[in-house]
Amino acid sequence: MKLITVKRELSSPLLRFAAPFISVLVALFVAGFLLLAAGVNPAQAYLEMLQESLGSTYGLSETLVKTTPLIFASLGVSLAFRMQIWNIGAEGQIYMGACGATGVALFSGIENHAVMITAMFLAAFLLGGLWAGVAGVLRARWQVNEVIVTLLMNYIAILGVDYLIYGPWKDPKGFNFPLTAQFSDAARLTEFFDTRFHSGFFLALFCALIMYLFMERTVWGYEIKVIGSNPKAARYAGMRTGLAIFAVLFLSGAMAGIAGFGEVAGLQHRLQHGISPGYGYTAIIIAWLAKRSAIGVVIVSFLMGVLLVGGDSLQLSWQLPVAFVYAFQGLILFFLLASDCFMHNRLKLVRGERHV
Amino acid sequence: MKKFALLMLALMLILPQFATTAEANEKKIKAGFIYVGPVGDAGWTYAHDEGRKGMEALPFVEPSTFIESVPEGAESARVITGLVRKGHNLVFTTSFGYMDATLDVARRNKDVVFMHCSGYKAAENVGNYFGRMYEPRYLSGIVAGKMTKANIIGYIAAFPIPEVIRGINAFTLGVRSVNPKAEVRVVWTQTWFDPGVERDAADSLLDVGSDVLTMHQDAPATLQAAEARGAYVIGYNTDMRSFAPNAFLTAPVWNWGPLYAKTAQQVKDGTWKSESIWWGMKEDLVQLAPLSDKVPAEVKALVSEKTAAVKSGKLHPFAGPIKDQSGKIQVAAGSVAADGDLLGMNYFVEGVRGTIPK
Repeated sequence: MKLITVKRELSSPLLRFAAPFISVLVALFVAGFLLLAAGVNPAQAYLEMLQESLGSTYGLSETLVKTTPLIFASLGVSLAFRMQIWNIGAEGQIYMGACGATGVALFSGIENHAVMITAMFLAAFLLGGLWAGVAGVLRARWQVNEVIVTLLMNYIAILGVDYLIYGPWKDPKGFNFPLTAQFSDAARLTEFFDTRFHSGFFLALFCALIMYLFMERTVWGYEIKVIGSNPKAARYAGMRTGLAIFAVLFLSGAMAGIAGFGEVAGLQHRLQHGISPGYGYTAIIIAWLAKRSAIGVVIVSFLMGVLLVGGDSLQLSWQLPVAFVYAFQGLILFFLLASDCFMHNRLKLVRGERHV
Repeated sequence: MKKFALLMLALMLILPQFATTAEANEKKIKAGFIYVGPVGDAGWTYAHDEGRKGMEALPFVEPSTFIESVPEGAESARVITGLVRKGHNLVFTTSFGYMDATLDVARRNKDVVFMHCSGYKAAENVGNYFGRMYEPRYLSGIVAGKMTKANIIGYIAAFPIPEVIRGINAFTLGVRSVNPKAEVRVVWTQTWFDPGVERDAADSLLDVGSDVLTMHQDAPATLQAAEARGAYVIGYNTDMRSFAPNAFLTAPVWNWGPLYAKTAQQVKDGTWKSESIWWGMKEDLVQLAPLSDKVPAEVKALVSEKTAAVKSGKLHPFAGPIKDQSGKIQVAAGSVAADGDLLGMNYFVEGVRGTIPK
C-alpha cells in the first residue's frame, strides 16, 4: 500500500472559492486545542482577535496600516509569478525603495509637499526596480537563476542600508545611534483620524487597480501570461522574452520599492533597522494564496493584516508567549497552503509497488 | 465645527466626573512592559522581567503585563498602543529601537507615563532611563586582564552603537589597567539575540587564540562556547554562571527592580516628572556578579577595592588620559569624559582590535 498524489480534475468554482475560508476555519479549530491547553477559551480569544483588528476605528486603522506594505509588495511578487519569474527578493527591494525615498527626503531640500512626495515615490520606484532589474538582466542574458539572485540580494540591500545608517546618513544630532534624521513634514504622508493610518493605503488600492487593468486588459498583461506558461511558444510568436523578463522584474521590484516608500514616508519618517519585519517574505505567501490576481492580493493582504494585528491580542490579553502567536499564525498559513495543494491534487491509495 | 464644539461640551461635562472618581479611589498602577527578546533569553529581557516582578511586590501595583519579542521600529507603536488601550497607565519600553514609537504613542496618550530604556529623547510624559553599565564592565575587565595568559580576550558584540562601544572601551580600559600587553578583539554579530550567530562568533574568537571571552548579547551562547572549549568567560545582563560552571568568572549585571519600583511609587504619588535617569553602581542599578572560585584571592581583593572606589566616585573608568586606537588623546589627563561624550561614544580606545563601521 502506498500513498501517492495525483492531479485533480478541475474542481468546482464554488469549492475553489470556499476552500480558503474552510481551511481557515479548520486551522482555527485546531489552534483552539492549543488555546484550550493554554487555559484560554478559544471562542473568547477569536472574538478578541477580531475586536482588536476590526472592532474599533483604531484597530481597523492599524490593520490597514499593516495591509498597505503587504499590498504593494504582494502586487510586485504576483506580477513576476505570473510569468513564472520567482522574485524572492521583495524584502531587499523594500529596503532599496525605502533607501531611495529617504535619500530624496533628506537631501533634496524640496519644500513643497506634493513635489517632495512625488520625488520620493519615483526614487523608491526606480531604486526598487533597478535592484530587481539586476536579477532580470542576469536571467534574460545568461539564464542565471533569479531565485538565488533575488534572495541573496536581500542581504546586500539590508547591509547596504546598515552602511548608510551607521555611516554617511547617520543623524548628526543622534548621539551616533544608527538612524537617519527625521523627515521634514513635507516628506511625510498625510495621516487621518489621529491614527497612523496614512494615504499610502489609497495609493496601494490605486496600484492594485492599475495592476489589474494592466494584467487583465492589456496586450502586455496577456504576453506576460503566455511567456510564463509557454516561453517557447511565446518566442515563436515573436514576443521579446528577454526584454519582458527584465521589464517584469523591474516592475515587480518597483512595486516592492513603493512599499518601502510607504513605510518610511507614512510610518517611520526616517531610515532605520527593521523597516520591514519580513513583509517581503509574507508577500510571497500572499501572492500564492491570491492566485497572482491583483484583486485577490488586496483581499488576502487585508486578511493577513487582521491575522497579524489580531495576534497581538493573544499576548496582550492572555499573556500567551510569543512562540504561541507564531505557532498560531503558522497553523493558519499551513492550512491555507494545504488547501491550495489539495485543490489541484488529491491523495490516492495504491496497492503494491506499481509506479505511477 | 459645530459638531466639534458640541463634542467638546459633552466632554467637559463628562470629564470632571471621571476625575473625581479617580481621585476618590486610591490610584493603582497598572504597568506594561515591551520586551525586545523572549523572557526566557536568560539575559537582557530576563533581567527586565525580574525587575518587573520586583515592582509587582508593591501593594498598589496591579498585576503587570509584558509583551515579548516585539520588533523594533514603527511596528512596536501598535503594541505599545495596545497596552495603553488595555488600561495600562505606566509603560516601559525596554530597547533602543522603541524610541520613536514610544514618543509617537505618548504624544497621543498624555495621561499615561512612558519610560524608555537606553535612548536619548524625552517628552512631557516620556522619561528615559539607563544604567552606567560601563562601571561594572571596567571592573570585569580587571578580572579578564588578570586571568588571561594568551593576552587575547574575545568580545562578542551586537551592534556598533554608543552603548556597546562604551562597554567595550570600559572593559578594555579595565583590562589594560592591570595588563597593558593584553588586547581585546571584537566581533560584531548585528543581532541582540541569536544564539547560533553568537555561538559562531564566540568560536571564531576562540579559534584565534582568545582564552577569555566576554560579550554584549542577550543569550548565554558565548558562555556555552567558552565552557565547551575550556576558556574563561565573563557574562552579561544576569548572573549566568549555571550555563558555564567551570568557565564563568563574573558578569556585569542589571538590577532594574529598585528603579521600576521607584518609578511606580512616583507615578502613584503624582510626583513623577520626565527626566533622564542614568544610574550607576552607587544606586545599585548595575552590579558586578560575585567572582567565581576560579579567580585568585588577590584579584578578588583588588576588584573589591576598585569596586568601592567606583561606588564612592573616586575611580571613573573614563578618567584621562585616554587614547583612541590611532593614538590620539580623546580624554585629556586630569579630566573625565563628560556624560554627553559617553552617550555618543564612537571610537575604540587603545587596546581594542576591531573596527567601528563608519
